[in-house]
Amino acid sequence: MPVSAKPGGPPRGRPPRTATAGAARVYLAVAAGSFRRYSTYRAATLAGAFTNTVFGFILAYSFLALWQARPGLGGYDTAQAVTYIWVSQALLVTVAVWGGGFQDDVQERFRTGDIAVDLYRPVDFQGWWLAGDLGRAGFHLVARGAAPMIAGALVFDLRVPHDPLVWAGFLLSVLLAVLVSFGLRYLVVLTGFWLHDSDGVRSVMLVVSMFFSGMLLPIGLFPGLLGEIAPLLPWASLVQVPTDVFLERSTGAGLLGALGFQAAWAVVLLALGRIVQLLATRRVVVQGG
Amino acid sequence: MALIELEDVRRSFTVRTRTGRLRREKREVHAVDGLTFDIEAGACVGYIGPNGAGKSTTIKMLTGILVPSSGQLRVAGVDPARERTALARRIGVVFGQRTTLWWDLPLRDSYELARRIYRIPDARYRANLDRCVELLELGGLLDTPVRQLSLGQRMRGDLAAALLHDPQVLYLDEPTIGLDVVSKGRVREFLRQVNREQGTTVLLTTHDLVDIEQLCDRVMVIDHGRLVHDGDLAGLHAVGMSERTLVVDLAEARPPIEVAGARVVKVDGPRQWLAFPAQQSAAPVVAAVAERYPLVDLSVREPAIEDVIAKMYARVAIG
Repeated sequence: MPVSAKPGGPPRGRPPRTATAGAARVYLAVAAGSFRRYSTYRAATLAGAFTNTVFGFILAYSFLALWQARPGLGGYDTAQAVTYIWVSQALLVTVAVWGGGFQDDVQERFRTGDIAVDLYRPVDFQGWWLAGDLGRAGFHLVARGAAPMIAGALVFDLRVPHDPLVWAGFLLSVLLAVLVSFGLRYLVVLTGFWLHDSDGVRSVMLVVSMFFSGMLLPIGLFPGLLGEIAPLLPWASLVQVPTDVFLERSTGAGLLGALGFQAAWAVVLLALGRIVQLLATRRVVVQGG
Repeated sequence: MALIELEDVRRSFTVRTRTGRLRREKREVHAVDGLTFDIEAGACVGYIGPNGAGKSTTIKMLTGILVPSSGQLRVAGVDPARERTALARRIGVVFGQRTTLWWDLPLRDSYELARRIYRIPDARYRANLDRCVELLELGGLLDTPVRQLSLGQRMRGDLAAALLHDPQVLYLDEPTIGLDVVSKGRVREFLRQVNREQGTTVLLTTHDLVDIEQLCDRVMVIDHGRLVHDGDLAGLHAVGMSERTLVVDLAEARPPIEVAGARVVKVDGPRQWLAFPAQQSAAPVVAAVAERYPLVDLSVREPAIEDVIAKMYARVAIG
């Protein structure tokens, strides 16, 4: 059968030279759309920010009490300890320590079967959801991050960096934290291709993530072997590392090391996600959904 | 060369069923069992069959998200499963029960995104969007978030989204499901225009046979993974053993009358309903009745396509 004679349709094979720019524009559009999408739910955002603030107060007072009993615990002074709480509260939803964001969408699409529609689109699955999650994180950094932080700063004496370079390092660290978090959540959600519902895996991950991210307690305070292993696990990238950057505990070479640690986990997890995605789509295409 | 070509395409799934505490039995299910057909560019084909007949499996293979177990399958000259992404730029897919639109954002945002995904040149994008907006009456809805649209409005929105990149083939899976009469009419009118004027090839699955009657010049009926009919609507009547009905009003109420070449299917007072094969002329039946019974009035009813299909499904199930 003559395949070459094909009037009408666009040429087959590699798209034109602007392919990369074209793809970048798709993902930018997805990220921007996702940002706007989250910003449409004002009441929910307000309620969420309020909850963050209330929890911030409760935890900040607990930490104050703890550090009064044990000053300098884990190498943090009292102001640093209280600041730790507010920064981690700001990161909680931004980095999606509890899971969520695109994860809810994909799980829902598995449940309804809409996941099939996604495969009809000439867009990379991972890239699509990553772009969307970055848009979401951008919105949450402002709405669920900055707002409670300002409330905390009005009441407590926080240790806020003055050096713009530290701020730049912090923002970069938050970006990497979102990438690592995405990498983890993406792997969890892909289990849906085999398990139909990734809710169970997600609940386990939630506990692990809460514990090892430093969300409950700085992981430097963990005793013995646990304290040695925890900082090496990917979850440390989510809260512990960016907060230490904010508190200027990681500076100079330490800062580069911290960012490098996050970047390495991001690369490993995203690559792993790609491999699992390949297996998952092959499974669907070959074995049926 | 036909736009869509299938040759002895089969697709089976392995289903595991529990037979004991630990034992599981493997069973092969043939969802599509030897399909062969061609669809020429510019055709509008209805693809019908009962639930579980293999319609969706066929569409999945045609779009490349499912690999056939065996057989040859080509769409626009390519193997769909092997070149899914390249093919995706040239086809449009609309599911009546799913949406590709961005739920929380205005309709317009989904179209802008489609423009980026399919890299539609500006002028073409504007022309296509204008045409869809006009034909589907979307003008007032572009800035409404999709979640606030009614089902009919959303469906029209989805149709536009699937056509902005000028696909060669449009697959529609129950595009009028759940719509009211007015919305159905509007969707059909639009599809007719797309098919006739844009020359877009349309493959339509539906349970609403009015869709088929109004849009398609060819119908394929699938059951248990096999084609049981492929031809025009008139041919379906012949194959489906469809019957016309002669309604006679007699002078008085009688037990069922006896007429050669027809049988009484219903009696209500002096009125009786007689069924006879659709291909036959009504004249001899009328003559036979008039000859033996006092006839007051009569009328002939054409077979409903629904009944033909229903009969066909039932027959295949028994056979």
